[in-house]
Amino acid sequence: MRPAIQVEGLVKTFGTTTALAGIDLRARPGTVLGVLGPNGAGKTTAIRILATMLRPDAGTVFVDGLDVVRDPVAVRRAIGLTGQYATVDENLTGTENLVLFGRLFDLPRAEARSRAARLLDRFGLREAAGRPAGTYSGGMRRRLDLAASLVGAPRILFLDEPTTGLDPGKREELWQTIRGLADEGTTVLLTTQYLEEADALADEISVIDHGRVIAHDTPAGLKQQVGGQTVVVRPRDPAQAPTAAGVVERAVGHRVEAVRGVVTAPVADEHAFADIVRALEHADVPVTELALRLPSLDEAFFTLTGHPAAAVATTSGRSHDLDA
Amino acid sequence: MTSTPEPAVRTVPLPPSPASGGDGGRSQGGTVRPWPLVRHSLALAGRSLTRTRRNPGVLLDALILPVIFLVLFVYLFGGAVAGSTREYLQYLFPGILVLTTVLAGQISTGLSIVTDMKKGVFDRFRSMPVPRAALLIGSVLADAIRYVIAVVVLFGVGYLLGFRVETDLGSALAAAALAIGFGFSLSWLTVLLAVLLRDETMVSTVGFLLPFPLVFGTSMAAPVETMPGWLRAWAEVNPVSHAIEASQGLLLGGPAAGAAGMTLLWGGIFLAVFGTAAVTAYRRLV
Ligand SMILES: Nc1ncnc2c1ncn2[C@@H]1O[C@H](COP(=O)(O)OP(=O)(O)O)[C@@H](O)[C@H]1O
Ligand SMILES: [Mg+2]
Repeated sequence: MRPAIQVEGLVKTFGTTTALAGIDLRARPGTVLGVLGPNGAGKTTAIRILATMLRPDAGTVFVDGLDVVRDPVAVRRAIGLTGQYATVDENLTGTENLVLFGRLFDLPRAEARSRAARLLDRFGLREAAGRPAGTYSGGMRRRLDLAASLVGAPRILFLDEPTTGLDPGKREELWQTIRGLADEGTTVLLTTQYLEEADALADEISVIDHGRVIAHDTPAGLKQQVGGQTVVVRPRDPAQAPTAAGVVERAVGHRVEAVRGVVTAPVADEHAFADIVRALEHADVPVTELALRLPSLDEAFFTLTGHPAAAVATTSGRSHDLDA
Repeated sequence: MTSTPEPAVRTVPLPPSPASGGDGGRSQGGTVRPWPLVRHSLALAGRSLTRTRRNPGVLLDALILPVIFLVLFVYLFGGAVAGSTREYLQYLFPGILVLTTVLAGQISTGLSIVTDMKKGVFDRFRSMPVPRAALLIGSVLADAIRYVIAVVVLFGVGYLLGFRVETDLGSALAAAALAIGFGFSLSWLTVLLAVLLRDETMVSTVGFLLPFPLVFGTSMAAPVETMPGWLRAWAEVNPVSHAIEASQGLLLGGPAAGAAGMTLLWGGIFLAVFGTAAVTAYRRLV
């Protein structure tokens, strides 16, 4: 099947800054491509080029089979965009915003109105529909933004850091919506600095750093790629933690200790895990948690780039455990 | 992870979005309709007007400027220049009309475009099938309301102070329309500046200073014969002189057709040159 998004060797420089140093991206129709990278990695620049708002310096960019340089107007009819910052008019009400966008998509007035109403309903904004968007809460504005990018019924949706600034509950809510859109057949390209978000939403992830793709894989594959699985054992009775530690220690063959009632240890293969399960049963240690955990994307990013993602992603001096 | 029940956000199916694409020529549910530039410009002008309606304070300068100019000139210079304020008001009013329409657009139109360009909503427009020119035209069109308000206020205050049209209603309306049209064309200069400079402070400074040589190097406040040679030379080639001359003719009587023709010509030139340059520069900006 022809890819919905196909980017090859995309380069963009601003003066002496190289925002994109030749990236390749590819998404199959109806899938979610996560573009994961810290602040300044080039995510927004890539989205702006894909959405025909910026011209590439080199490389080829096809969106919905259309060349963004040669056929920008046709591309604009096929896409929806939610930028990193609010892209609705604060002075207009929710309804006015969506109707305006509908009119700009050449919908007849009645159709623009009914589509606006349907979208506001869908995104839980019916009560707020008559209020200027400037009075909306952060989560509501994000939802209106997303609704606005669906007015043209796009086949391909670009979401630039859609949940940045939302509290965790609202984030989960937006994730559900994005998944729903993908299930309906929309191809989604979303950028994020949240490793957890890419893991939760994307079918495939391209990790970018300093304008380059440093890894591309499924979330599970990416985690596999950086290797090192961990077994986690939490005995029901914390007093049994040392016993559990002993069991795990014998199975993995190196020193293991329990920390606050939980035993974690790196394991070489799945056989060790099976051994641990059997040995725990044998030793009569009931557990509330017994898992083989892949490394988090945080750890993955560190392995791939040599620097922790979060330390770059935030300007605040949050210290990060470099030995992770 | 994928099966948690969905809160707050309800799933109402959208019109189906086809998985295959590439027809490129039409958006979902809407066919491509003719005159996209006109329709989109009007839709965007409507948006700007709604914004003005919600923040009527932005019209304050259009309300106040003409009043300040009238009162300032008439009572400060009236006695000295014409010997009587009543007589001077009669002479001055047509020039103030042009000054008002030129100033009403100069600063605020450019400023609102710079502000808009920096806002996310223009980003969204630019990712939509909207002609780039429509974004500029929409803002400029919506500002027409400023001219109308300023001109109405000007005539109202002028009448209170004792100004009287010496011709007829038709000529007076023609004078107002001509002044508004001229100010509108010249406002494309500030649109061009806005697109090129993209900075609020620079645009408002240049937009504020620019009209001075244009408007004051004319017979607005005093007959050209009273000016030193260099200023007179400038006043004679200055396009705004024609607009003021036409305004004087239409409101006070005397020949107006020639000056009005020149005003229309210059308006057309401003519109073509600055308008085209602004749109071209904006397109290049991508
Ligand atoms: N318009 C611009 N002018 C100059 N530099 C820019 C511009 N846009 C982005 N950059 C630079 O390009 C790099 C990538 O930026 P961006 O694409 O915004 O990254 P991200 O969205 O991943 O945070 C950064 O170094 C940024 O400073
Ligand atoms: Mg960004």
